[in-house]
Amino acid sequence: MSSTVPHQDRHHPVARITHWVSLLALLVMTGSGLRIYNAAPFFAPKGAPPFAWWPLEGRSIPAILTFGGWLGGARHWHFAMMWLLLLNAAIYVAHLMRRGRWRTIVPGGMTGRSAIEMVRYYLYLRPVHPKQGKHNALQRIAYTAMLICGAMLILTGLAIWKPVTLGWLTRLLGGYALARWWHFLAMLVLVLLVAVHVIMVLTVDPYALRAMTTGKYDEARWSPVRRNARPLHNLWPRRIP
Amino acid sequence: MSGMAHRALRRALGTALEAHAVRLRESGRLDRRDFVRLVGGGAMTAILSGCSAQGSEEMSRLLRAVGRQNERVERWMLRRLRADDRAPRGLPTAGDALPSYHISPEVPTWDTAERGEWSLVVDGAVRTPMRLSLGELRRLATRSQRVEHFCVEGWTAAVEWHGVPMSSLLRIARPLPDAAYVDFNSFDDGYHESWDLESVMHPQTLVALGKDGAPLSAAYGAPARVHSPIKLGYKNTKYLTRITLLAAPNGGYWSDQGYEWFGGT
Repeated sequence: MSSTVPHQDRHHPVARITHWVSLLALLVMTGSGLRIYNAAPFFAPKGAPPFAWWPLEGRSIPAILTFGGWLGGARHWHFAMMWLLLLNAAIYVAHLMRRGRWRTIVPGGMTGRSAIEMVRYYLYLRPVHPKQGKHNALQRIAYTAMLICGAMLILTGLAIWKPVTLGWLTRLLGGYALARWWHFLAMLVLVLLVAVHVIMVLTVDPYALRAMTTGKYDEARWSPVRRNARPLHNLWPRRIP
Repeated sequence: MSGMAHRALRRALGTALEAHAVRLRESGRLDRRDFVRLVGGGAMTAILSGCSAQGSEEMSRLLRAVGRQNERVERWMLRRLRADDRAPRGLPTAGDALPSYHISPEVPTWDTAERGEWSLVVDGAVRTPMRLSLGELRRLATRSQRVEHFCVEGWTAAVEWHGVPMSSLLRIARPLPDAAYVDFNSFDDGYHESWDLESVMHPQTLVALGKDGAPLSAAYGAPARVHSPIKLGYKNTKYLTRITLLAAPNGGYWSDQGYEWFGGT
Protein backbone atom coordinates (compact mmCIF):
# COMPACT_ATOMS: atom_id res chain seq x y z
CA MET A 1 0.00 0.00 0.00
CA SER A 2 1.51 3.37 -0.91
CA SER A 3 1.75 6.20 1.59
CA THR A 4 -0.64 8.35 -0.42
CA VAL A 5 -3.58 6.20 0.69
CA PRO A 6 -5.18 7.97 3.67
CA HIS A 7 -4.35 6.22 6.92
CA GLN A 8 -7.19 4.30 8.49
CA ASP A 9 -7.08 2.50 11.82
CA ARG A 10 -7.62 -1.24 11.65
CA HIS A 11 -9.93 -1.07 14.67
CA HIS A 12 -12.29 1.76 15.58
CA PRO A 13 -11.37 3.47 18.89
CA VAL A 14 -14.61 2.14 20.42
CA ALA A 15 -13.57 -1.41 19.54
CA ARG A 16 -10.07 -0.86 20.92
CA ILE A 17 -11.20 0.65 24.22
CA THR A 18 -13.96 -1.90 24.85
CA HIS A 19 -11.51 -4.69 23.97
CA TRP A 20 -9.09 -3.76 26.77
CA VAL A 21 -11.82 -2.81 29.22
CA SER A 22 -13.38 -6.23 28.75
CA LEU A 23 -10.00 -7.85 29.37
CA LEU A 24 -9.75 -5.99 32.70
CA ALA A 25 -13.37 -6.69 33.64
CA LEU A 26 -13.17 -10.36 32.65
CA LEU A 27 -9.95 -10.87 34.62
CA VAL A 28 -11.57 -9.47 37.76
CA MET A 29 -14.84 -11.31 37.11
CA THR A 30 -13.08 -14.65 36.55
CA GLY A 31 -10.77 -14.30 39.55
CA SER A 32 -13.51 -13.20 41.93
CA GLY A 33 -15.89 -15.79 40.48
CA LEU A 34 -13.39 -18.55 41.18
CA ARG A 35 -12.98 -17.26 44.74
CA ILE A 36 -16.76 -17.36 45.17
CA TYR A 37 -16.78 -20.88 43.72
CA ASN A 38 -14.15 -21.94 46.28
CA ALA A 39 -16.57 -21.21 49.13
CA ALA A 40 -18.61 -24.20 47.87
CA PRO A 41 -16.50 -25.95 45.22
CA PHE A 42 -19.24 -28.34 44.12
CA PHE A 43 -22.49 -28.11 42.19
CA ALA A 44 -24.69 -30.77 43.82
CA PRO A 45 -27.43 -29.42 46.10
CA LYS A 46 -27.28 -30.65 49.71
CA GLY A 47 -28.88 -34.06 50.02
CA ALA A 48 -28.56 -34.72 46.27
CA PRO A 49 -26.10 -37.17 44.69
CA PRO A 50 -22.72 -35.75 43.57
CA PHE A 51 -22.79 -33.72 40.41
CA ALA A 52 -21.56 -35.96 37.61
CA TRP A 53 -20.85 -33.29 35.00
CA TRP A 54 -17.85 -31.84 36.74
CA PRO A 55 -14.97 -34.24 37.36
CA LEU A 56 -13.30 -31.85 39.80
CA GLU A 57 -16.39 -31.74 42.07
CA GLY A 58 -15.22 -30.87 45.58
CA ARG A 59 -11.78 -29.64 44.49
CA SER A 60 -10.86 -26.01 45.15
CA ILE A 61 -9.33 -23.66 42.61
CA PRO A 62 -5.71 -22.74 43.52
CA ALA A 63 -5.73 -19.45 45.46
CA ILE A 64 -3.27 -17.87 43.00
CA LEU A 65 -5.98 -17.93 40.31
CA THR A 66 -8.55 -16.25 42.55
CA PHE A 67 -9.16 -12.62 43.32
CA GLY A 68 -10.83 -10.69 46.13
CA GLY A 69 -9.17 -12.36 49.11
CA TRP A 70 -12.24 -13.77 50.84
CA LEU A 71 -15.78 -14.74 49.92
CA GLY A 72 -17.35 -11.39 50.89
CA GLY A 73 -14.61 -9.39 49.18
CA ALA A 74 -14.86 -11.46 46.01
CA ARG A 75 -18.64 -10.98 45.98
CA HIS A 76 -18.24 -7.19 46.28
CA TRP A 77 -15.80 -7.20 43.35
CA HIS A 78 -17.99 -9.51 41.29
CA PHE A 79 -21.14 -7.47 41.84
CA ALA A 80 -19.32 -4.19 41.13
CA MET A 81 -17.33 -5.27 38.07
CA MET A 82 -20.44 -6.82 36.50
CA TRP A 83 -21.76 -3.31 35.79
CA LEU A 84 -18.57 -2.29 33.98
CA LEU A 85 -18.71 -5.52 31.98
CA LEU A 86 -22.39 -4.99 31.14
CA LEU A 87 -21.90 -1.33 30.16
CA ASN A 88 -18.84 -2.22 28.11
CA ALA A 89 -20.70 -5.05 26.36
CA ALA A 90 -23.65 -2.76 25.60
CA ILE A 91 -21.34 -0.14 24.05
CA TYR A 92 -19.53 -2.77 22.00
CA VAL A 93 -22.69 -4.45 20.74
CA ALA A 94 -24.18 -1.07 19.81
CA HIS A 95 -20.94 -0.28 17.98
CA LEU A 96 -21.09 -3.63 16.20
CA MET A 97 -24.68 -3.04 15.11
CA ARG A 98 -23.85 0.32 13.50
CA ARG A 99 -22.94 0.31 9.79
CA GLY A 100 -23.19 -3.47 9.66
CA ARG A 101 -19.86 -3.95 11.43
CA TRP A 102 -21.17 -7.22 12.83
CA ARG A 103 -20.69 -8.67 9.35
CA THR A 104 -16.92 -8.70 9.95
CA ILE A 105 -17.40 -10.83 13.08
CA VAL A 106 -20.46 -13.06 12.71
CA PRO A 107 -20.00 -16.12 10.47
CA GLY A 108 -21.70 -15.87 7.08
CA GLY A 109 -22.86 -18.40 4.51
CA MET A 110 -19.35 -19.37 3.39
CA THR A 111 -17.82 -19.57 6.85
CA GLY A 112 -18.09 -23.35 7.26
CA ARG A 113 -16.20 -24.02 4.03
CA SER A 114 -13.62 -21.33 4.75
CA ALA A 115 -13.11 -22.71 8.26
CA ILE A 116 -12.27 -26.11 6.81
CA GLU A 117 -9.80 -24.44 4.45
CA MET A 118 -8.20 -22.58 7.40
CA VAL A 119 -7.86 -25.82 9.35
CA ARG A 120 -6.31 -27.52 6.32
CA TYR A 121 -3.90 -24.59 5.99
CA TYR A 122 -2.86 -24.73 9.64
CA LEU A 123 -2.35 -28.51 9.29
CA TYR A 124 -0.05 -27.92 6.30
CA LEU A 125 -2.53 -29.71 4.02
CA ARG A 126 -2.81 -26.54 1.99
CA PRO A 127 0.22 -24.39 1.12
CA VAL A 128 -1.35 -20.95 0.72
CA HIS A 129 -3.28 -18.95 3.32
CA PRO A 130 -6.94 -18.71 2.26
CA LYS A 131 -8.16 -15.27 1.19
CA GLN A 132 -10.14 -13.54 3.89
CA GLY A 133 -11.81 -10.27 4.85
CA LYS A 134 -10.88 -8.54 8.07
CA HIS A 135 -10.91 -11.85 9.97
CA ASN A 136 -10.60 -15.45 8.87
CA ALA A 137 -13.39 -17.99 9.33
CA LEU A 138 -11.91 -19.52 12.49
CA GLN A 139 -11.58 -16.08 14.04
CA ARG A 140 -15.20 -15.26 13.21
CA ILE A 141 -16.37 -18.48 14.82
CA ALA A 142 -14.21 -17.88 17.92
CA TYR A 143 -15.21 -14.23 18.35
CA THR A 144 -18.89 -15.00 17.89
CA ALA A 145 -18.61 -17.87 20.36
CA MET A 146 -17.07 -15.41 22.84
CA LEU A 147 -20.03 -13.09 22.42
CA ILE A 148 -22.44 -15.99 22.97
CA CYS A 149 -20.50 -16.99 26.09
CA GLY A 150 -20.77 -13.40 27.32
CA ALA A 151 -24.53 -13.40 26.81
CA MET A 152 -24.79 -16.76 28.58
CA LEU A 153 -22.68 -15.47 31.46
CA ILE A 154 -24.98 -12.49 31.91
CA LEU A 155 -28.17 -14.58 31.78
CA THR A 156 -26.90 -17.37 34.04
CA GLY A 157 -25.32 -14.78 36.33
CA LEU A 158 -28.67 -13.03 36.77
CA ALA A 159 -30.28 -16.40 37.49
CA ILE A 160 -27.92 -17.19 40.36
CA TRP A 161 -27.76 -13.61 41.66
CA LYS A 162 -31.56 -13.41 42.04
CA PRO A 163 -32.82 -17.03 42.02
CA VAL A 164 -36.14 -16.08 43.64
CA THR A 165 -36.79 -12.58 42.31
CA LEU A 166 -35.93 -13.81 38.81
CA GLY A 167 -37.17 -17.32 39.58
CA TRP A 168 -38.60 -17.81 36.06
CA LEU A 169 -35.12 -17.42 34.60
CA THR A 170 -33.55 -19.77 37.14
CA ARG A 171 -36.23 -22.40 36.44
CA LEU A 172 -35.74 -21.95 32.70
CA LEU A 173 -32.07 -22.85 33.18
CA GLY A 174 -32.99 -25.99 35.13
CA GLY A 175 -32.86 -24.64 38.69
CA TYR A 176 -30.27 -22.91 40.81
CA ALA A 177 -27.59 -25.63 40.88
CA LEU A 178 -27.70 -26.11 37.10
CA ALA A 179 -27.77 -22.36 36.47
CA ARG A 180 -24.65 -22.12 38.58
CA TRP A 181 -23.09 -24.88 36.46
CA TRP A 182 -24.03 -23.15 33.18
CA HIS A 183 -22.43 -19.98 34.56
CA PHE A 184 -19.26 -21.92 35.39
CA LEU A 185 -19.26 -23.74 32.05
CA ALA A 186 -19.68 -20.52 30.05
CA MET A 187 -16.74 -19.12 32.03
CA LEU A 188 -14.63 -22.19 31.22
CA VAL A 189 -15.43 -22.00 27.50
CA LEU A 190 -14.73 -18.27 27.43
CA VAL A 191 -11.40 -18.70 29.25
CA LEU A 192 -10.47 -21.42 26.76
CA LEU A 193 -11.40 -19.22 23.79
CA VAL A 194 -9.45 -16.29 25.24
CA ALA A 195 -6.42 -18.54 25.82
CA VAL A 196 -6.51 -19.75 22.20
CA HIS A 197 -7.01 -16.15 21.05
CA VAL A 198 -3.96 -14.94 22.99
CA ILE A 199 -1.82 -17.85 21.75
CA MET A 200 -2.85 -17.20 18.15
CA VAL A 201 -2.18 -13.47 18.44
CA LEU A 202 1.28 -14.10 19.84
CA THR A 203 2.26 -16.87 17.43
CA VAL A 204 0.50 -15.85 14.21
CA ASP A 205 -0.22 -12.13 14.23
CA PRO A 206 1.57 -10.25 17.04
CA TYR A 207 1.04 -7.09 14.99
CA ALA A 208 -2.60 -7.36 16.01
CA LEU A 209 -1.53 -6.23 19.49
CA ARG A 210 -0.50 -2.90 18.04
CA ALA A 211 -3.59 -2.74 15.84
CA MET A 212 -5.78 -3.30 18.90
CA THR A 213 -3.94 -0.65 20.94
CA THR A 214 -3.02 2.24 18.63
CA GLY A 215 -5.05 1.13 15.63
CA LYS A 216 -2.04 1.09 13.31
CA TYR A 217 -1.71 -1.93 11.02
CA ASP A 218 0.29 -2.31 7.85
CA GLU A 219 -1.98 -4.69 5.99
CA ALA A 220 0.42 -5.19 3.06
CA ARG A 221 3.41 -6.21 5.19
CA TRP A 222 1.87 -7.53 8.40
CA SER A 223 -1.32 -9.39 7.59
CA PRO A 224 -1.16 -13.18 8.04
CA VAL A 225 -2.45 -13.59 4.48
CA ARG A 226 0.40 -11.55 3.02
CA ARG A 227 3.00 -13.21 5.24
CA ASN A 228 1.45 -16.66 4.68
CA ALA A 229 1.67 -17.02 8.47
CA ARG A 230 1.04 -20.10 10.53
CA PRO A 231 1.68 -20.42 14.27
CA LEU A 232 5.37 -19.49 14.80
CA HIS A 233 5.86 -19.40 11.01
CA ASN A 234 6.66 -16.40 8.84
CA LEU A 235 6.47 -13.99 11.77
CA TRP A 236 8.61 -11.25 10.17
CA PRO A 237 6.95 -8.53 8.13
CA ARG A 238 6.79 -9.18 4.44
CA ARG A 239 9.53 -7.39 2.52
CA ILE A 240 8.31 -4.46 0.49
CA PRO A 241 8.38 -5.75 -3.08
CA MET B 1 -1.37 -13.51 45.81
CA SER B 2 1.14 -14.06 48.63
CA GLY B 3 1.66 -11.00 50.80
CA MET B 4 5.40 -10.44 50.26
CA ALA B 5 5.54 -10.93 46.51
CA HIS B 6 2.45 -8.83 46.26
CA ARG B 7 3.88 -5.94 48.26
CA ALA B 8 7.13 -6.07 46.29
CA LEU B 9 5.25 -6.03 42.98
CA ARG B 10 3.16 -3.10 44.13
CA ARG B 11 6.22 -1.19 45.25
CA ALA B 12 7.96 -1.85 41.93
CA LEU B 13 4.93 -0.69 40.00
CA GLY B 14 4.63 2.40 42.17
CA THR B 15 8.31 3.28 41.62
CA ALA B 16 7.99 2.79 37.87
CA LEU B 17 4.90 4.96 37.75
CA GLU B 18 6.57 7.68 39.78
CA ALA B 19 9.71 7.67 37.59
CA HIS B 20 7.48 7.96 34.59
CA ALA B 21 5.59 10.86 36.10
CA VAL B 22 8.88 12.67 36.85
CA ARG B 23 10.02 12.16 33.25
CA LEU B 24 6.73 13.55 32.08
CA ARG B 25 7.00 16.61 34.34
CA GLU B 26 10.50 17.29 33.00
CA SER B 27 9.67 16.83 29.34
CA GLY B 28 6.40 18.71 29.83
CA ARG B 29 4.41 16.74 27.33
CA LEU B 30 2.21 13.70 27.34
CA ASP B 31 2.14 11.68 24.16
CA ARG B 32 -0.21 8.82 23.52
CA ARG B 33 2.30 6.17 24.49
CA ASP B 34 2.95 7.88 27.83
CA PHE B 35 -0.75 8.13 28.40
CA VAL B 36 -1.27 4.43 27.73
CA ARG B 37 1.60 3.57 30.08
CA LEU B 38 0.29 5.80 32.85
CA VAL B 39 -3.28 4.58 32.61
CA GLY B 40 -2.20 0.95 32.28
CA GLY B 41 0.17 1.22 35.24
CA GLY B 42 -2.49 2.94 37.32
CA ALA B 43 -5.03 0.25 36.51
CA MET B 44 -2.52 -2.52 37.36
CA THR B 45 -1.76 -0.89 40.71
CA ALA B 46 -5.44 -0.54 41.43
CA ILE B 47 -6.05 -4.22 40.65
CA LEU B 48 -3.12 -5.36 42.76
CA SER B 49 -4.39 -3.29 45.66
CA GLY B 50 -7.63 -5.19 45.44
CA CYS B 51 -5.74 -8.48 45.67
CA SER B 52 -4.85 -8.04 49.32
CA ALA B 53 -7.58 -8.91 51.78
CA GLN B 54 -8.38 -5.33 52.71
CA GLY B 55 -7.41 -3.57 49.50
CA SER B 56 -6.72 0.13 49.36
CA GLU B 57 -9.03 2.50 51.20
CA GLU B 58 -10.16 4.21 47.97
CA MET B 59 -10.96 0.87 46.38
CA SER B 60 -13.02 -0.37 49.30
CA ARG B 61 -14.84 2.97 49.40
CA LEU B 62 -15.68 2.57 45.72
CA LEU B 63 -16.84 -1.03 46.27
CA ARG B 64 -19.03 0.05 49.19
CA ALA B 65 -20.56 2.80 47.07
CA VAL B 66 -21.36 0.34 44.27
CA GLY B 67 -22.73 -2.04 46.91
CA ARG B 68 -25.17 0.63 48.08
CA GLN B 69 -26.32 1.17 44.50
CA ASN B 70 -26.70 -2.60 44.06
CA GLU B 71 -28.90 -2.66 47.15
CA ARG B 72 -31.18 -0.06 45.58
CA VAL B 73 -31.41 -2.12 42.40
CA GLU B 74 -32.12 -5.28 44.40
CA ARG B 75 -34.86 -3.64 46.47
CA TRP B 76 -36.41 -2.17 43.34
CA MET B 77 -36.39 -5.61 41.70
CA LEU B 78 -37.94 -7.20 44.78
CA ARG B 79 -40.75 -4.61 44.79
CA ARG B 80 -41.41 -4.97 41.06
CA LEU B 81 -40.93 -8.68 40.58
CA ARG B 82 -42.05 -10.05 43.94
CA ALA B 83 -41.80 -13.74 43.22
CA ASP B 84 -42.35 -16.85 45.26
CA ASP B 85 -39.92 -19.70 45.50
CA ARG B 86 -40.75 -23.36 45.32
CA ALA B 87 -38.21 -26.14 45.48
CA PRO B 88 -38.09 -28.00 42.15
CA ARG B 89 -39.82 -31.39 42.28
CA GLY B 90 -36.65 -33.12 41.16
CA LEU B 91 -34.67 -31.71 44.07
CA PRO B 92 -34.70 -34.10 47.04
CA THR B 93 -35.44 -32.63 50.47
CA ALA B 94 -32.07 -32.20 52.17
CA GLY B 95 -33.15 -33.40 55.64
CA ASP B 96 -30.14 -33.79 57.91
CA ALA B 97 -27.84 -33.02 54.98
CA LEU B 98 -28.76 -29.35 55.47
CA PRO B 99 -25.63 -27.87 57.09
CA SER B 100 -26.10 -26.02 60.35
CA TYR B 101 -23.90 -23.81 62.48
CA HIS B 102 -24.02 -21.48 65.45
CA ILE B 103 -21.59 -18.91 66.79
CA SER B 104 -21.76 -20.07 70.44
CA PRO B 105 -19.12 -22.63 71.41
CA GLU B 106 -21.87 -25.21 71.81
CA VAL B 107 -25.27 -25.80 70.25
CA PRO B 108 -27.44 -23.13 71.88
CA THR B 109 -30.32 -24.58 73.90
CA TRP B 110 -32.84 -22.68 75.95
CA ASP B 111 -32.44 -23.65 79.63
CA THR B 112 -35.92 -23.30 81.13
CA ALA B 113 -34.68 -23.83 84.68
CA GLU B 114 -32.33 -20.89 84.32
CA ARG B 115 -34.24 -18.53 82.03
CA GLY B 116 -37.90 -19.47 82.46
CA GLU B 117 -40.25 -20.38 79.63
CA TRP B 118 -39.02 -19.34 76.17
CA SER B 119 -41.09 -16.64 74.54
CA LEU B 120 -40.84 -14.46 71.45
CA VAL B 121 -40.88 -10.70 71.91
CA VAL B 122 -42.17 -8.37 69.21
CA ASP B 123 -41.31 -4.76 70.07
CA GLY B 124 -39.83 -1.51 68.80
CA ALA B 125 -41.85 0.64 66.41
CA VAL B 126 -45.15 -1.24 66.82
CA ARG B 127 -48.52 -0.19 68.26
CA THR B 128 -48.92 -3.48 70.12
CA PRO B 129 -45.69 -4.86 71.59
CA MET B 130 -46.17 -8.58 72.24
CA ARG B 131 -44.66 -11.49 74.07
CA LEU B 132 -45.77 -14.81 72.57
CA SER B 133 -45.34 -18.24 74.10
CA LEU B 134 -44.42 -21.23 71.97
CA GLY B 135 -48.01 -22.48 72.36
CA GLU B 136 -49.43 -19.21 71.06
CA LEU B 137 -47.04 -19.27 68.12
CA ARG B 138 -48.05 -22.85 67.27
CA ARG B 139 -51.67 -21.74 67.02
CA LEU B 140 -50.60 -19.04 64.53
CA ALA B 141 -48.48 -21.45 62.49
CA THR B 142 -50.57 -21.76 59.36
CA ARG B 143 -48.03 -22.12 56.61
CA SER B 144 -46.00 -25.05 55.29
CA GLN B 145 -43.70 -24.56 52.36
CA ARG B 146 -41.11 -26.60 50.55
CA VAL B 147 -38.59 -24.02 49.41
CA GLU B 148 -34.94 -23.66 48.61
CA HIS B 149 -32.35 -22.46 51.08
CA PHE B 150 -29.66 -20.35 49.42
CA CYS B 151 -26.32 -20.14 51.17
CA VAL B 152 -24.00 -17.20 50.47
CA GLU B 153 -21.34 -19.83 49.73
CA GLY B 154 -23.23 -20.93 46.63
CA TRP B 155 -24.90 -24.17 47.62
CA THR B 156 -28.60 -24.77 47.84
CA ALA B 157 -30.93 -27.25 49.55
CA ALA B 158 -34.63 -28.07 49.52
CA VAL B 159 -36.24 -27.77 52.94
CA GLU B 160 -39.82 -28.03 54.11
CA TRP B 161 -40.63 -25.42 56.73
CA HIS B 162 -43.68 -25.03 58.93
CA GLY B 163 -44.39 -21.86 60.83
CA VAL B 164 -45.99 -18.47 61.32
CA PRO B 165 -45.97 -16.08 58.37
CA MET B 166 -44.04 -13.05 59.56
CA SER B 167 -46.61 -10.85 57.83
CA SER B 168 -49.47 -12.16 59.98
CA LEU B 169 -47.41 -11.68 63.11
CA LEU B 170 -46.69 -8.06 62.17
CA ARG B 171 -50.32 -7.44 61.24
CA ILE B 172 -51.16 -8.26 64.86
CA ALA B 173 -48.34 -6.09 66.21
CA ARG B 174 -49.23 -3.22 63.82
CA PRO B 175 -45.98 -1.46 62.78
CA LEU B 176 -45.84 2.31 63.28
CA PRO B 177 -45.43 4.48 60.16
CA ASP B 178 -41.71 4.98 60.71
CA ALA B 179 -41.00 1.24 60.94
CA ALA B 180 -38.95 0.33 57.87
CA TYR B 181 -36.50 -2.28 59.19
CA VAL B 182 -36.66 -5.30 61.44
CA ASP B 183 -33.93 -6.72 63.67
CA PHE B 184 -34.07 -10.45 64.44
CA ASN B 185 -32.27 -11.29 67.69
CA SER B 186 -31.32 -14.65 69.12
CA PHE B 187 -29.96 -16.42 72.17
CA ASP B 188 -26.98 -17.59 70.10
CA ASP B 189 -24.30 -15.35 71.62
CA GLY B 190 -25.76 -12.11 70.30
CA TYR B 191 -26.27 -13.32 66.71
CA HIS B 192 -28.71 -11.05 64.92
CA GLU B 193 -29.46 -9.77 61.42
CA SER B 194 -31.63 -6.82 60.45
CA TRP B 195 -33.87 -6.83 57.38
CA ASP B 196 -35.79 -4.40 55.20
CA LEU B 197 -39.52 -4.47 55.97
CA GLU B 198 -40.44 -5.56 52.43
CA SER B 199 -38.50 -8.80 52.70
CA VAL B 200 -40.01 -9.35 56.16
CA MET B 201 -43.52 -8.97 54.74
CA HIS B 202 -42.84 -11.38 51.87
CA PRO B 203 -45.44 -14.16 52.16
CA GLN B 204 -42.72 -16.81 52.38
CA THR B 205 -40.91 -15.22 55.31
CA LEU B 206 -41.67 -17.36 58.35
CA VAL B 207 -41.07 -17.68 62.02
CA ALA B 208 -40.33 -21.36 61.43
CA LEU B 209 -41.22 -23.82 64.20
CA GLY B 210 -40.87 -27.03 62.22
CA LYS B 211 -38.64 -28.54 59.56
CA ASP B 212 -39.45 -31.52 57.32
CA GLY B 213 -42.58 -32.36 59.30
CA ALA B 214 -41.01 -32.37 62.79
CA PRO B 215 -40.44 -29.63 65.38
CA LEU B 216 -37.18 -27.74 64.85
CA SER B 217 -34.21 -29.52 66.39
CA ALA B 218 -31.57 -27.65 68.39
CA ALA B 219 -29.12 -27.81 65.48
CA TYR B 220 -31.52 -25.95 63.17
CA GLY B 221 -32.48 -23.19 65.61
CA ALA B 222 -35.10 -24.55 68.07
CA PRO B 223 -37.52 -23.51 69.27
CA ALA B 224 -38.09 -20.87 66.55
CA ARG B 225 -36.06 -19.31 63.77
CA VAL B 226 -36.47 -16.99 60.83
CA HIS B 227 -36.59 -18.55 57.39
CA SER B 228 -37.27 -17.13 53.98
CA PRO B 229 -36.08 -18.13 50.52
CA ILE B 230 -35.98 -14.40 49.72
CA LYS B 231 -32.82 -13.96 51.82
CA LEU B 232 -29.45 -15.71 51.84
CA GLY B 233 -28.94 -18.22 54.66
CA TYR B 234 -26.99 -15.94 56.99
CA LYS B 235 -29.83 -13.40 57.17
CA ASN B 236 -32.14 -16.06 58.67
CA THR B 237 -31.55 -15.75 62.42
CA LYS B 238 -31.87 -19.02 64.33
CA TYR B 239 -32.64 -19.42 68.07
CA LEU B 240 -34.97 -16.44 67.72
CA THR B 241 -35.88 -14.40 70.82
CA ARG B 242 -36.86 -10.92 69.69
CA ILE B 243 -38.30 -9.19 66.65
CA THR B 244 -37.65 -5.45 66.88
CA LEU B 245 -39.07 -2.97 64.37
CA LEU B 246 -36.78 -0.05 63.65
CA ALA B 247 -36.64 3.15 61.64
CA ALA B 248 -33.07 2.41 60.47
CA PRO B 249 -31.17 -0.79 59.65
CA ASN B 250 -29.10 -2.28 62.46
CA GLY B 251 -26.50 -4.36 60.61
CA GLY B 252 -26.05 -7.94 61.69
CA TYR B 253 -23.55 -10.57 62.71
CA TRP B 254 -22.28 -11.34 59.20
CA SER B 255 -23.25 -8.00 57.65
CA ASP B 256 -20.96 -6.25 60.16
CA GLN B 257 -18.11 -8.51 59.01
CA GLY B 258 -18.37 -7.29 55.45
CA TYR B 259 -20.98 -9.50 53.79
CA GLU B 260 -23.79 -7.65 52.01
CA TRP B 261 -26.34 -6.32 54.45
CA PHE B 262 -29.22 -6.85 52.02
CA GLY B 263 -28.30 -10.45 51.22
CA GLY B 264 -31.39 -10.94 49.06
CA THR B 265 -32.12 -13.62 46.52
